[in-house]
Amino acid sequence: MTALESTPTVAGPPAGAARPAGRRRDRHHRGALRWIVLAAVVAGAVVMLFPFGILVLNAFKSPAEYSTSGPLSLPTEIYTSGMVDFWNRVNFGQKLWNSFFIAGSVAVLGVLISLFNAYALGIGRVKGRLSIVVLFLMANMLPQETLIYPLYYIAKEIGLYNTQLAVIIIFTVIQSAFGTYLLASVFGTFPKEVLEAAALDGASKWQTLWRVVFPISRPTLSVLLIFFFIWTWNEFFIPLIFLISNDNQTVPVALGVLEGDRLMDATTTSAAALLGVVPAIVFFLIFQRTLARGITAGAVK
Amino acid sequence: MVATPSTPHARPRSRGRVASGIGEGGRAYWLYLLPGGLLFLGVIVVPFVMNLGLSFAKWPGVGELTWVGLDNYTELFADDAFWASFRNSIAMIVAMVIAPTVIGLLLAAVLFDVIGKRFGGRSASALRAMYYLPQIVPVAVAGIVWGWILRPENGALNRLLEAVGLGDLAQNWLGDPDTALPSVMAIMVWVQIGYPVVIFMAALQRVDPELYEAAEIDGAGWFRRFRAITLPQIRPETFVVTLTCTIAALKVFGPIFVLTRGGPGNATNVPSYFAYQNFFEKARVGYGAAVATMLTLIIVVLSIAFIRVQAASERKERG
Repeated sequence: MTALESTPTVAGPPAGAARPAGRRRDRHHRGALRWIVLAAVVAGAVVMLFPFGILVLNAFKSPAEYSTSGPLSLPTEIYTSGMVDFWNRVNFGQKLWNSFFIAGSVAVLGVLISLFNAYALGIGRVKGRLSIVVLFLMANMLPQETLIYPLYYIAKEIGLYNTQLAVIIIFTVIQSAFGTYLLASVFGTFPKEVLEAAALDGASKWQTLWRVVFPISRPTLSVLLIFFFIWTWNEFFIPLIFLISNDNQTVPVALGVLEGDRLMDATTTSAAALLGVVPAIVFFLIFQRTLARGITAGAVK
Repeated sequence: MVATPSTPHARPRSRGRVASGIGEGGRAYWLYLLPGGLLFLGVIVVPFVMNLGLSFAKWPGVGELTWVGLDNYTELFADDAFWASFRNSIAMIVAMVIAPTVIGLLLAAVLFDVIGKRFGGRSASALRAMYYLPQIVPVAVAGIVWGWILRPENGALNRLLEAVGLGDLAQNWLGDPDTALPSVMAIMVWVQIGYPVVIFMAALQRVDPELYEAAEIDGAGWFRRFRAITLPQIRPETFVVTLTCTIAALKVFGPIFVLTRGGPGNATNVPSYFAYQNFFEKARVGYGAAVATMLTLIIVVLSIAFIRVQAASERKERG
């Protein structure tokens, strides 16, 4: 009610005598308004979380109970055999390992390649470095569709089709394109005195890289490592094309193919989707602080 | 994320070796570009050129390849499915760029200076995490979650509508050509919203609080401060968010694959899925390559335009 009464003051009272009274009223009105704002923001957050909530509610419901009392009721008993059956049917443990192996390898190799490239570009300042950096940046924007068929064809020709190695190589290059761009600009501001001191000490380029540049830039590298891991874990398109046999598939591909083919009933789908969501939430909780640092750093160069 | 220039590890080094450092010229540094450069050539440059070449050919993926010049492109411009997919790209831009940026700006400002200041930073960051959650889930998995909620029979959304007495609104959300695209758009807003919120909240932290205090003393209301201070101050981040989200919107594939496979008809088809269909379902490799090339062209042109506009507006600001 107070909010209604005092709406005209929202735009701010004009200068002069009206000001002190207006400000007092404004503060008063904000006191009520802030609760309304809070309620609105919380309501929005509830809508955001609704899909996850309803998913958890049904992941442990028996198919019989789902068909009689629907998706909105609380489960009367915790039914886990749907999830266990799904786990065994698709050999979910193996899918987790595949995802972990591919994403982990890409993260390590991608950071290594980014480090080498950026060492040459940012610290070595090789000729033409600007155009090389732009090239890497462009590669990062390319839609994967424009590379996919030739990659698929080449992989078939050299016997790498349907292998995890092919996916690892491709994503190492794609992720390191971004990593090179980012690290090269970070290394551009690398303290010169440090490098000079290393040179005076007689360190070779290789030694300078590993004993000076690497330890100093470790915080940046660890952010890149985590980002490469999560990005690769979440990838769908290229793994979908390249990993056709069940034994090789990653978590998103295994779930996506099953759902795309509408092969699962409602409770199995919710159990399966929950299994796909949980690792992501675990990573989020583990890496929360690094992620927050990284997302925002990415935005302002 | 700049590496902190701390003091170097001043370990005693074996003296007497030839100083081979920065003074000597950059030739040896080329060696470090070699592994990355070769991989880049094999995985990006060669496939890119091959794809471009394929777009001028007819090829079912095996056997004879026939060069057809610009035939694929002329066919493309007359193909309703192609235009439908690009119209849907515009819908994706609305859902993944415009809506999330506008909502994200308001939400970030509210979280930062209403919730954060009146209810404490912890409640602001807890709420931010809730809005960000969909961003961390693999987008294909997010698609599965929503496909499940929107199931026509016994799906959670239809049941919820019935429960609140709006049962007439229950639909086959993804199966009906009229509701499929709006449903996918709504899902993408849900997926995307957390990204601008996080970026903009971080951006707000570097805005000088004195600006707000001065404006408040001058009697500017919240919305006026939002328009006069917040928006111009965080413009660099707004540019980055709109550019990266536009590229993501043009590339979107996973949710379409999982939710609708481009259907019903071509109601939710997008260029990347359309290219995929031609490559792997219809064995029309040349045609698919032409679609992918067009998509690339649009992304590159848009990015360059974006960066130009940003540079120009920065120059104008400096005077």
